[in-house]
Amino acid sequence: MADLTTPALPRRRRAALNPRVAIGGAGLLLLLGCAVLAPLLAPHDPLEQDLFSTLLPPSWLAGGDPAFPLGTDGLGRDVLSRLIYSTRVTVVVALVAATLAGMIGSLLGLVAGYAGRAADQALSRLIDVWMAFPPVLLSIVLAAVLGAGLGSVIAAIVVIDWTRFARVVRAETMVQARMDYVTVARSLGLPGPAILMREILPNLLPLILTLLAVEMGIAVIVEAILSFVGLSVAGDTATWGGMIAEGRQVIRQAWWVLAFPMGCLVLTIFAFTLFGDGLRAAIDPVRRR
Amino acid sequence: MIRGMLLSRLMLVLPTLFGVAVVVFVLLRVVPGDPIAMMIPPGASAADIDRLRALYGLDRSIAAQFGLWLSGVAGGDFGRSISLRQDVLGLVLGRLPATLELAGLAALAAVAAGAALALAGAYLRSTPGEWLIDAVVAVALGIPDFLWGLLFILVFAVLAPVLPVSGRIDPGMATGFSTNFYLIESIATGRWTVAGGLLRHAVLPAAALALPFAAIVARVLKASLAETEQQDYALMARARGFTRRRILLVEALPNAAIPTVALAGVQVTFLLGGTVLVERIFSYEGIGNMAIDAVINRDLPLIQGLVLTFALLFIALNLVVDIVVALLNPRLRRG
Amino acid sequence: MTEPILRIEGLRVAIGRGTRAVPILRGVDLAVAPGEVHGLVGESGAGKSMIGRAVLGLLPGGARITAGTVSYGGLDMAAIGPRGRQRLLGREIALVPQDPTAALNPVRRIGRQITDVLRLRLGLGRAEAARRAVEILAETAIREPERVVQQYPHELSGGMRQRVLIGIAFAGRPRLIVADEPTTALDVTAQREILRLIRQLQGRYGSAVLFITHDLGVVAKICQRVTVLHAGRVVEEGDIAGILQAPRHAYTGALLAATGRATARRRSRRR
Repeated sequence: MADLTTPALPRRRRAALNPRVAIGGAGLLLLLGCAVLAPLLAPHDPLEQDLFSTLLPPSWLAGGDPAFPLGTDGLGRDVLSRLIYSTRVTVVVALVAATLAGMIGSLLGLVAGYAGRAADQALSRLIDVWMAFPPVLLSIVLAAVLGAGLGSVIAAIVVIDWTRFARVVRAETMVQARMDYVTVARSLGLPGPAILMREILPNLLPLILTLLAVEMGIAVIVEAILSFVGLSVAGDTATWGGMIAEGRQVIRQAWWVLAFPMGCLVLTIFAFTLFGDGLRAAIDPVRRR
Repeated sequence: MIRGMLLSRLMLVLPTLFGVAVVVFVLLRVVPGDPIAMMIPPGASAADIDRLRALYGLDRSIAAQFGLWLSGVAGGDFGRSISLRQDVLGLVLGRLPATLELAGLAALAAVAAGAALALAGAYLRSTPGEWLIDAVVAVALGIPDFLWGLLFILVFAVLAPVLPVSGRIDPGMATGFSTNFYLIESIATGRWTVAGGLLRHAVLPAAALALPFAAIVARVLKASLAETEQQDYALMARARGFTRRRILLVEALPNAAIPTVALAGVQVTFLLGGTVLVERIFSYEGIGNMAIDAVINRDLPLIQGLVLTFALLFIALNLVVDIVVALLNPRLRRG
Repeated sequence: MTEPILRIEGLRVAIGRGTRAVPILRGVDLAVAPGEVHGLVGESGAGKSMIGRAVLGLLPGGARITAGTVSYGGLDMAAIGPRGRQRLLGREIALVPQDPTAALNPVRRIGRQITDVLRLRLGLGRAEAARRAVEILAETAIREPERVVQQYPHELSGGMRQRVLIGIAFAGRPRLIVADEPTTALDVTAQREILRLIRQLQGRYGSAVLFITHDLGVVAKICQRVTVLHAGRVVEEGDIAGILQAPRHAYTGALLAATGRATARRRSRRR
């Protein structure tokens, strides 16, 4: 027998404090802080080249210069400053790309889950074809097609990963659509779109938020890949992926040019993963499917 | 049941590939940047440029070009690579075995390592050992394949140069092969030093590809094992005096494998997709590496051929996974 | 009276630790004579299954014996340790479970599940085990045993699956069988047949049966003595006829009323 209750809304306050969310969240705040306060934190201009000081090791090693705490790259640019300024690209891409992918994917998922078999079939077939594309390759092709720049990176991420949202939201919408509160809403004569937006969507928000956290982590990875391949932001704007690519070239003479941006990338990915995991753990026991 | 599934999936293959082809084709024609411009020698006349354009069919409408390409494909002609000046099919088939061997090695290693970790983790349930295994798995999972590759390069190129970090094989050994499946062939013909050399080159890139997937397998399998160990048939086995080790391996594992293959199988295509970057990082001569070059060079025919190849591989892989799931579950086998 | 094959004295079992421990059994005494079919009744949650698990040494995680002893054939089960208990299981002590569907491994053939026990626990060779497996199935009145041996559990009916499990349980000629609600998951016809089968095999091999159930009607059909459990304590114990005709405890009376007192009494007189 169906239960005549609306599904419980998650107790987000309690959820927010579990250790994974806290640690991950702290890392992400640090990231955001670096991005916003970059000009204050970085000792040098990230684009400033000093051709007399190329490939200097970190300051605590022999041959290092305290003016360049983490060393310099092949064009004499300060590694630390470039690391800090790279967070700007990272944060912008993570926020914008994940949000866009989330909005588009969720919208399509909502419609597919609610608007009847035809819409559902159409979306499912579309997703099937879409997922036959090798994601990395597709992102590279797209970025190449759209030309360098932040916009194309974001577009590439959205185009590739909207399916993540669409599939989950579609499944969850179908579950919610069978619940009594929807039947009640329909019996009150509320139109479909209103039911979707006002009744169903709020119940999906915690799930979508969790997916967003995951998506941001993925966006960071994709951006790093694209800038590694040379297809991200134009010119010598600092990005971790770009620094990694350069570091790859000089690995035998100057391992630090590769190691530090890699470390930053790994830590950031961990922070996102931890955060997303923690959110998911907090939501699951409440949803009890 | 399996035959029916195979048939219905095969029927979807062609339309899917068609869809992929259309999307790629259209995308690439929207490209800013003229591939012809990259090929012309200095001092070429306008007539030469036009002739080149006509040769590659780039002077026609998109629809016409697609029709042309499609009819070529039907006859087995995938066009000529603009940057490498050879026929696309030949180029792809030439490099494909390298990637298949690499991905195959990685997949095998990942499944073996993942299963071992999962079984160990299940056996050591509620001990510090389990916590350690969970931590190892989390680390392996959290770092994407290309970062593992770079990490390996950092370690093995700088700190401990015991393994090669580039290429597929030492140039001197690359002789006397009739197919491009170097590894399989050298093992089959007993040329152990060559096989050894190939493996030494493949270890790092394969490990980089394998680690994230191994972590996924470990995580899903461990959770499934925990669940199957709670089932009544496992309890019955305990009630018959069988040891825990035997129960894990004989009763729980075959059951736990089913949802594991289903869930982890979805991710195995990522392993294949990872070859694009990992091959690049290790300068490994496979189709992934070729793909990046093709994109950078705006080599339209080659890009199309490669994207189609990957798509076909993905579809085939998904089909194989589904068949394996059906085979493992006796309830699905006879329908 | 001869030494009981199973003796439980003052058994206390609790779930959880320290102040948060919830008592399930509060001092249970029970004795089963060799070859006797002894019923253990009580409503769900009374702790009957926990007694069965304690006898097998397979308490669920979190549950512990906090006091009392379980002795099999004079051996203190706690004293012989997990290895000792493991050696007994499947050979001298066996379990017939409640849910025959869940108790068979869905991905392994019936034959393999039987020969596993025969080869690894009873030491038979491969060919002999294969032969014995077919015999065991035939013994439990399964038709076409050679075919069933090749089948998977999902291809059998619920009653057939329970027969398989009973066959496996009796394979080692155990001296004690713990039957945990073996008929509860079956329909009425299958119930009758399974009860008949258990009685037949038990009589043939002289195995004692601790028959756990909530249904006094079933108890009346098959048991010689019965122990009534309520809220973790034994409230009544005795031979079946006596209990059914003149229950001393109010709870037993209530159980009887729940199962149709008149028919139970009639059946017990018929034995």
